[in-house]
Amino acid sequence: MSSDAIAIRTAADTDRPWVSVLHEWVTTVDHKRLGVLYILYALFFLVVGGVEATLIRIQLMWPHNDFISPQVFNRLFTMHGTTMIFFVAMPILFGFANYLVPLMVGARDMAFPRLNAFSFWLTAFGGMLLYFSLLGGNGLYGAGNAPDVGWWAYAPLASRAFSPGNSSDYWTIALLASGFGSIATAINIIATIISMRCPGMTLGRMPLFAWMNLVMSGMVLLAISPLSAAQIMLLVDRYLGGHFFDTQAGGSATLWMHFFWIFGHPEVYVLIIPCFAFVSEIIPVFSRKPIFGYPVMVGATVCIAFVSMSVWAHHMFTIGMNSYANSFFTITTMAVGVPTGIKIFNWLGTMWGGKLLFRTPMLFCIGFLFQFLIAGLTGIMLSSSPFNWQLSGSYFVVAHFHYVIVGGILFALFGAFYYWYPKITGRMLNESLGKLHFWLFLIGFHLTFDLMHIPGLLGMPRRIYTYEPGRGWDTLNFLVTIGTFVQAMAILVFVANLITSYFRGAKAGNDPWDAWTLEWTVSSPPPAYNFASVPTVLSRRPLWDLKHPEDPDSRYE
Amino acid sequence: MSTIATPLPETSAAWKLPYRAKVGMASLIIAESAIFTIFVVAYLFYLGKSLSGPTPREVLETPIFYTICLLSSSLTIHFAGKFLERGRRGAFLLLWLLTIVLGGLFLFGTGQEWHRLIYEHGLTISTNLFGTTYYSLVGLHGFHVTVGLIMLTIVLLFGLAGRVGPEQSARVDVLSLYWHFVDAVWVVVFTVVYVLGR
Repeated sequence: MSSDAIAIRTAADTDRPWVSVLHEWVTTVDHKRLGVLYILYALFFLVVGGVEATLIRIQLMWPHNDFISPQVFNRLFTMHGTTMIFFVAMPILFGFANYLVPLMVGARDMAFPRLNAFSFWLTAFGGMLLYFSLLGGNGLYGAGNAPDVGWWAYAPLASRAFSPGNSSDYWTIALLASGFGSIATAINIIATIISMRCPGMTLGRMPLFAWMNLVMSGMVLLAISPLSAAQIMLLVDRYLGGHFFDTQAGGSATLWMHFFWIFGHPEVYVLIIPCFAFVSEIIPVFSRKPIFGYPVMVGATVCIAFVSMSVWAHHMFTIGMNSYANSFFTITTMAVGVPTGIKIFNWLGTMWGGKLLFRTPMLFCIGFLFQFLIAGLTGIMLSSSPFNWQLSGSYFVVAHFHYVIVGGILFALFGAFYYWYPKITGRMLNESLGKLHFWLFLIGFHLTFDLMHIPGLLGMPRRIYTYEPGRGWDTLNFLVTIGTFVQAMAILVFVANLITSYFRGAKAGNDPWDAWTLEWTVSSPPPAYNFASVPTVLSRRPLWDLKHPEDPDSRYE
Repeated sequence: MSTIATPLPETSAAWKLPYRAKVGMASLIIAESAIFTIFVVAYLFYLGKSLSGPTPREVLETPIFYTICLLSSSLTIHFAGKFLERGRRGAFLLLWLLTIVLGGLFLFGTGQEWHRLIYEHGLTISTNLFGTTYYSLVGLHGFHVTVGLIMLTIVLLFGLAGRVGPEQSARVDVLSLYWHFVDAVWVVVFTVVYVLGR
């Protein structure tokens, strides 16, 4: 069957000179290697962005603290946001999609392998450009180095007059480069899923992982492109003397906000939908049940994608739109909650009556379910425009979106790491370290982000450099920072686990979780060609059919 | 799971999926449409908001001839593809060349218009909002025409070298899909800039 490995690799493989190994990795067009490169690259930036967050939190630990200067503080929160969204979340999710989509749909590679390599290096180049600003951003004496305009670079702050030197340009070009990389990857994923499926893999039999990545890629096409367009306009303004966002010449600062958030809000779903994909694969396997409501899951995903394209201005309630716009964006934002709620019910429905196995991937998914629900509820609170007028730009908002990004996206990602690490490396991650990682991170997360809502409600603005004592924020901020340290420790445990398990972990075998999708039919790590013979599938759970020929799913679907 | 037998050998002979390059190009077109939409929105949003002249009504002239050139190149490339499919290479090359000439004429027209605007009316990208949005939108389209022309020329060179035959027909169709898109964008840009915008 498809797992009969053809012995191409020999002993000579292991003792080649490192230059030749490096050359092979740099020039690779193999979707699995590119996936690993994406993931490693993103993990590096996760640590960088995490250090930035820690520095921000140390500064906010006490009132009147001056651990870092205000200028550095502005750069830190700009770099933290930009890094985490564009150079951690996007590449890490693309990495998993790259690695898993061809395996799950029974293909030997992506549709366009060289385009795939191009996308990765474009994204990598973007990240390097962003951090090169630390050296090269000083276009003028005293102009500062790293960008300090916030991750959304509102006009006119990003114009030449208020952002001299080259720092904002590095930000712009880094996002433009990585944006083109993302669009190319999205094109690649779509073409792979539509045109490279193995015989029998109809759209209705495709794993939900592939479905959700298909939807995510469609959203990337529609969401990242406006950002690229807006970045081109910003460059025209800064370099050719254009007036797009130049209020002195009749330009509009609001237009930039619209363009940015037309990208910015769908982007949240671009990030969360692949996480739904992880959860939709992991929960059934550890509940020993097929996913509950497969067609409804697909429908809800498409529905979320559709509705999320028309909610962007809920980031802009405070700019003074008319009441029709306010009502429209309030209603659409609340409406996203409906398909999302359907999904949560489906995951619970999958677990209901299942034989639950509380292994680390499952723990992270359960954490995801709770936290994503709470994040969604604060989202519904913020969607109500009068409430939003009160709390927009406060730490309540910061707490809300970190609940989505850390409590939702990052938890699901950790689950994905524990679940697919055996496939990628051939070794299991250590289970005790995994549980330690989970509990430490859970405690740290809740300490930080539960408490962070309260200073927001008490009026603490986001991006504030320091604050007066005695406003009721002191203790809370101190505890929030302590939580950050706990999370940092958890990340250290995780990194240690990744490294030690690579060398000492238990051998995984082809199918350590007794799972049902095609990637578990091949060896771990899979051979370069993935499948020795292209598989044929007859149901949504091809491996179940293989393992239970007496009672295959294909009989019921 | 190598111990388990191969699943039922019910391999469907009729398993046929869309051509991946076509899907890829369609996706690219969706992304590009989103980019153009943003520029068109900016153009429309800033219509009449310039604080100083010149205004579109004063300086723009409708480029009817060059528009006809570009739009008819969609026809020529379509029939070029049809001829290639039937194996008539000579007719293919002729029509392909004609497409390039028509596209080139369009670019020349844009160049001429820009030259007139810059040297006779003093309108540059930094003059006012009209200049900024006009040059960006038309320039973005012109950039796409240029990229298209480069790719068309590469195919022409391969064709002259005798390397393009009916077996490449599907690939050539992908390129003509892009060219049709560039033409369709011009219909929008033309409507917005020269019809609605004046």
